[in-house]
Amino acid sequence: MLAVGALLHAKQLSRSPFEITTALIVPVVQATLAVYLFRAGGEPGRLLEAAVGAGLMGVWSSVLFGSGGAIQNQRWLGTLEMIMLAPRPPALVVLPITLATALTGTYAMVATLVWGRLLYGIPLDFARPLLFAVAVPGCILGLGMFGLLLASTFVLLRNANALTNTLEYPIWLVSGMLVPITALPAWTGPVAAVLPTTWGARAVREAATGSGPVWPSLGICLAISLACLALGALMMTHVERRARAAATLALA
Amino acid sequence: MSEHAIEAVGLRRTYRSRTGWLRPQRREVEAVRGVDLTVGNGELFGLLGPNGAGKTTTIKMLNTLLVPSGGSARICGYDVVTRTREVRRRIGYVFGGDRGLYDRLSARDNLRYFAELYGVPGREQRRRIGELLELVRLDGRDDDRVEGYSRGMRQRLHIARGLLHRPRVLFLDEPSIGVDPVAARELRQTVADLAATGTTVLLTTHYMAEADELCGRIAVIANGRIQALGTPAELRRHADGRRVLEVEAYGVTDRQLAAIRTLPGVREASMDVVGAAQVLGVQSDAGYDVQADVLRALDGVRLGRVTARQPTLEDAYVAIVNRVAEERPIEAVAA
Ligand SMILES: Nc1ncnc2c1ncn2[C@@H]1O[C@H](COP(=O)(O)OP(=O)(O)OP(=O)(O)O)[C@@H](O)[C@H]1O
Ligand SMILES: [Mg+2]
Repeated sequence: MLAVGALLHAKQLSRSPFEITTALIVPVVQATLAVYLFRAGGEPGRLLEAAVGAGLMGVWSSVLFGSGGAIQNQRWLGTLEMIMLAPRPPALVVLPITLATALTGTYAMVATLVWGRLLYGIPLDFARPLLFAVAVPGCILGLGMFGLLLASTFVLLRNANALTNTLEYPIWLVSGMLVPITALPAWTGPVAAVLPTTWGARAVREAATGSGPVWPSLGICLAISLACLALGALMMTHVERRARAAATLALA
Repeated sequence: MSEHAIEAVGLRRTYRSRTGWLRPQRREVEAVRGVDLTVGNGELFGLLGPNGAGKTTTIKMLNTLLVPSGGSARICGYDVVTRTREVRRRIGYVFGGDRGLYDRLSARDNLRYFAELYGVPGREQRRRIGELLELVRLDGRDDDRVEGYSRGMRQRLHIARGLLHRPRVLFLDEPSIGVDPVAARELRQTVADLAATGTTVLLTTHYMAEADELCGRIAVIANGRIQALGTPAELRRHADGRRVLEVEAYGVTDRQLAAIRTLPGVREASMDVVGAAQVLGVQSDAGYDVQADVLRALDGVRLGRVTARQPTLEDAYVAIVNRVAEERPIEAVAA
């Protein structure tokens, strides 16, 4: 159910003209950004790391905007009532959607790497290609589960859209997707430690560069994500009940 | 197994909404004000009523999308508030209009997704989806994206979706909106077949002929309450002792219509526009012959055909709903 749902939602998402345009342009911009940042820093050896980081930013943006808006989106489509009518826990109904946003985000990762290779000749020599192939889906799964928490939080909060925009960059930064965490002020440490994005990004980077063991980071990422999933599921049930009482499932 | 497919007791629903941002104002709408209803297994039950009567609200309380503000309801014996999951397994919901589908997916993908969601077993899905696409005559177009579908095609896809998991109770909220006459006839046949094979159907529609043809029993709801309930034949009796005069006219003014309403013996007068012509319908007590008076009131208006006939279900419906409309102002004062 989850797999078919996520795939079909990814299909629906990836066919939106808006998504397609952004998907074409953003990776090029990100690849360029990454390359110049690191060239300026005089560290051409870390170009691959930069490209991977930029790709992760793409996944994160997709999850943040996609999952944050998931419920609102379904409401606009008029499908929210129909999916909530399914005899399943509401969290299970929404999870495929947030997984789908992470899945479409993967494309950003791949595209950034491909553009980096084509335009700037970044060598794609992963230190541990196999682990990389595991870490990326793992990270995506984690982000998808984190997305559920986002989705339910954003329904509860009225000005969710404003929040979406303010969350995008800080989380890139704090999670160390582009800049190593060690370069950030110390107070961000604890924040970073509870974000699944931090650990996911770390696992993917470790796999790409061979700078450390991948499993612990990936494990922590998934553990935190599972906690988010549980919390998100609870909130989702609460949100669904409230929506049925307040008549906000339909587009009034 | 419960004896009744649908049971509702004193069902109520109030909508609270806030309007205005700087100076918020609370507004309350009592959409449903105490509906009692029992529908037996396999029955085809119609819910008629004017716009805003509370039909959709009633259906959404029965299908668990809305929590009632008062009263209780059970579907196949399961309470709609406390046993939501059990209820949802047994019901299908189809609403009118072209929203509620994934536009960028094909019809087949839409059905596949909802089949997964509604728990249709994997090995049965393919066959079931094929069957339903054929039933609603979308086979052949099933791999096209829904965004390219016409309104009626979307509506038919909705119906297929509602039937995926073979629901025991089917809620159809204006399912024939935007469906062409031939497809509407096929839809009526489908609904009748479903009921014949034991599915309970609760149908709302604005087409009286549809309700008359399909429904075993009909409730007329207006102003949030059931105003009349019975078989089509029983309801028609609300217009018993009446005659209907239909006058085709061109250019009747509101003033003239109002004057006709006050003529002795006239019970209702309504006007429809059919093409370029107006069709004036006047219900009168059978004892009066109002034709001469009506024609006199229409002095100076170009007239077409004039016919007198026995009342239909629609006339009975108009009589019931207008009676409520007349009572309403008094109620407002009392409240
Ligand atoms: N979400 C909502 N918030 C506030 N008021 C609502 C909401 N939904 C419906 N209403 C109000 O409740 C009343 C009943 O609406 P309902 O949709 O049940 O009517 P209906 O009988 O289905 O009408 P129609 O024939 O037009 O479909 C109306 O006055 C409507 O304005
Ligand atoms: Mg309605």
